[in-house]
Amino acid sequence: MPTVWIPSLMQKLTDGQSQIEVIGKTVRQIIDELEASYPGCKSRLCDDDRLKPGMAVAVDGEVNNEGMRRKVPKDSEVHFLPAIAGG
Amino acid sequence: MSNNGNGKYKVIGTRPIRHDGTDKVTGRAIYGGDVRLPNMLFGAVLRSPHAHARIKSINTSKAESLAGVKAVVTNADLPPIQADEMIDLGEGPARLKFMRDNVLASDKALYRGHAIAAVAAINPHIADEAVSLIEVDYEVLPSVVTVHDAMREGATLVHEDLTTKEGDEDTGKKSNVAKHEHHKLGDPDKAFSEAYAVVEREVDTATVHQGYIEPHNATAMWSPDGQLTIWTSTQGAFAAQKQTGAIIGHSVSKIKVIPAEIGGGFGGKIPVYLEPPAALLSRKSGQPVKLIMTRSDVFEGTGPTPGSYVRVKMGADKDGNIVAAEGYLAVEAGAYPGSPMFAGVMCVLSCYEVPNGTIDGYDVVVNKPRSFAYRAPVSTQVAFCTETVVDELAAKLGMDPLDFRLKNAAKEGTRRVDGNVYARVGCVEALEAIRDSKHYQAPLGKNQGRGIAVGYWFNVGLKSAVTATVSRDGSVNLVEGSTDIGGSRTSIAMQFAEVLGLAVEDVNPQVADTNSIGYTDVTGGSRTTYATGMAAHDAAHDVKEKMLERAAKLWEVDNDQVEFRDGMFLHKSDSSKKLSFKALAGELEDTGGPIVGSASVDAGFLTAGGSFAANIVDVEVDADTGKTSIVRFTAIQDAGTAIHPSYVEGQMQGGSAQGIGWALNEEYFYNDEGTMVNSTFLDYRIPTCLDLPSIEAVIVEVPNPSHPFGVRGVGEANIAPPPAAICNAINDAVGVHLNELPMRPDRLLTALKQKQSTEALAAG
Repeated sequence: MPTVWIPSLMQKLTDGQSQIEVIGKTVRQIIDELEASYPGCKSRLCDDDRLKPGMAVAVDGEVNNEGMRRKVPKDSEVHFLPAIAGG
Repeated sequence: MSNNGNGKYKVIGTRPIRHDGTDKVTGRAIYGGDVRLPNMLFGAVLRSPHAHARIKSINTSKAESLAGVKAVVTNADLPPIQADEMIDLGEGPARLKFMRDNVLASDKALYRGHAIAAVAAINPHIADEAVSLIEVDYEVLPSVVTVHDAMREGATLVHEDLTTKEGDEDTGKKSNVAKHEHHKLGDPDKAFSEAYAVVEREVDTATVHQGYIEPHNATAMWSPDGQLTIWTSTQGAFAAQKQTGAIIGHSVSKIKVIPAEIGGGFGGKIPVYLEPPAALLSRKSGQPVKLIMTRSDVFEGTGPTPGSYVRVKMGADKDGNIVAAEGYLAVEAGAYPGSPMFAGVMCVLSCYEVPNGTIDGYDVVVNKPRSFAYRAPVSTQVAFCTETVVDELAAKLGMDPLDFRLKNAAKEGTRRVDGNVYARVGCVEALEAIRDSKHYQAPLGKNQGRGIAVGYWFNVGLKSAVTATVSRDGSVNLVEGSTDIGGSRTSIAMQFAEVLGLAVEDVNPQVADTNSIGYTDVTGGSRTTYATGMAAHDAAHDVKEKMLERAAKLWEVDNDQVEFRDGMFLHKSDSSKKLSFKALAGELEDTGGPIVGSASVDAGFLTAGGSFAANIVDVEVDADTGKTSIVRFTAIQDAGTAIHPSYVEGQMQGGSAQGIGWALNEEYFYNDEGTMVNSTFLDYRIPTCLDLPSIEAVIVEVPNPSHPFGVRGVGEANIAPPPAAICNAINDAVGVHLNELPMRPDRLLTALKQKQSTEALAAG
């Protein structure tokens, strides 16, 4: 199943765990599953039913704009990170 | 040199003359300052003389009554908004109130140069006079202009209601620290305790400006039907449209932004400054209004790149393997939160395999203009610290600094401390290019030293759209929405031409306004040749498919009986039937009419793809004056596949020149009142051709697996390594490691004297 890398400053919500295996086929399902096991996670990642402004999700190192609808393959790695651009 | 895709390509890797070249060298290209409209008014902006002041009142009545004045606007002319409303700047979100207040201050002026009011008049002289008649009652407040002052307990608060966020958790603590970000990998404490050698350094870097030659400008025309047209110099017409619409409360469907040619941007022309007040003035006066900044306005009123404090600690084992590292960075956001601190966090240890590490980043507000990107934002600041630590650690281990870097270089599969894992990248290849260069082996002269450094930047994708119309003569009009800062028109046209086997001269690329092309993100983030090029590639395939259908119709066969090979449309079973692209284009009118191909992409981005750049620099130090001269400079960068090698080299040379200025000369110099005192090019010293040697560019090509031609964006990583490489070269020449940018003569002299004193004491 996918492994979610928990941002360091969120790990107090996950009992200090930095990586958690979570059942889910989309980013939405993964966040909901995280919230079910570790309450408080969803509000740190989302506003209502959308990723927070400026928050990006990388699945196996790739970011796109599909947000919560993004499909998450089995055994993939999921990271939440700030959106980055450049000059 | 480019290897031309190892002979795989016909157009890619060649060096055609740019399509806009003639207009630009003959003065015919239209820049924002050239725009003239009937009945056009001229604007001027009143700016705060104070670094930090409460605005108690603004009285514009005398200005409004001056003959020739047609309109005056302040923040009060902006519509009400919700306090926490967010807007996308084109490269990330920002709080709308902050963005509005940055354009026209509301309750407080937060930096000298902060716009307070704007005036439109029948000529610039009357506009200037009217500005002088606006009465502002300020309550001057203490200011903070460095991260050290701003982060001190009890510091003057730039925003009384700003609280620190730890990640995305609001701590409720009032502070100038808007955000703290933290990453950890492995067990750094244990790894440091077991390390054979450890080095720690801290550095400060000055606020510097992108220094684009063309100042900001905007001309706005508000029609009675509510349609707003804006001519401006911007890195993103759609970003300017979106920001302006949000600030003035006007639908984007009623705003057309026409991007003029742009005289440099480097990240500084993504936010809007003049577009909203020009639009408001035009609406109020009923006439077109033009606003242009002076150079001082540009320095004091637009976003420079942040000053910073950076600390890096690194440990290695006896064999020269990095075992642990720590990065700490406090980055000036300027007046409003949102510095590119996050990027610095992801770059500070990005060039190396670091199995155990921590990184802490702080976004800190100060009384300076809101900071913005400057090529690879914050990568230069952090590389200055990391790369000098790496040199010192190598010396402590008795290793050659290049061997140490090669041994520890990031590669495919390396997990960064922020957790992301590199795809195929060219850090090793860039370092090997140092090793293999003649420069690295060349002898040095008296008082000379050599330094190397490496730096990193991402390859952002985002959204781009392209349309292509085939003309009867076989040429193609290629319309795209990416403003062309560094020759991207031609690089994009070359990718289109490659697919169809056309000569690039037969493709006519044009940058369109927001009504004439699909949404396209900003020219920034090393994305344009990558993502808009990807859209051009896809649009060319769209054209190809449509042309295949026409050939089939012409030969009265099914579509699958026609193929496209080596630039020719071929009948699969009748070798006598073949048509070149041009010949088939001549048949379009009788086979169904014009062909228009199009494509849009949302290219996303790899969190750990991107480009590595490396430098070799030789300096000569005058120990009497402290002056450092650049004797020889080689810039190396992984371009993936160099579409137009001359433009890749141009980016590398440009970024290097800017990095040299950042290293040796450039800084916002502040007095005790928090006022910048060198806001002209006479006093803010960017390098000229007299200061620089010829910069040799060495292109490394490790194709990017995410792009059909292997492109990596090359606009940014090249500015990361120069200050570190120069610092290392100075150390090689005279044995002192400077810890502050710029490495001015007085700082070098002080360091040399300290070294002499220390040596004298040691000698007894």
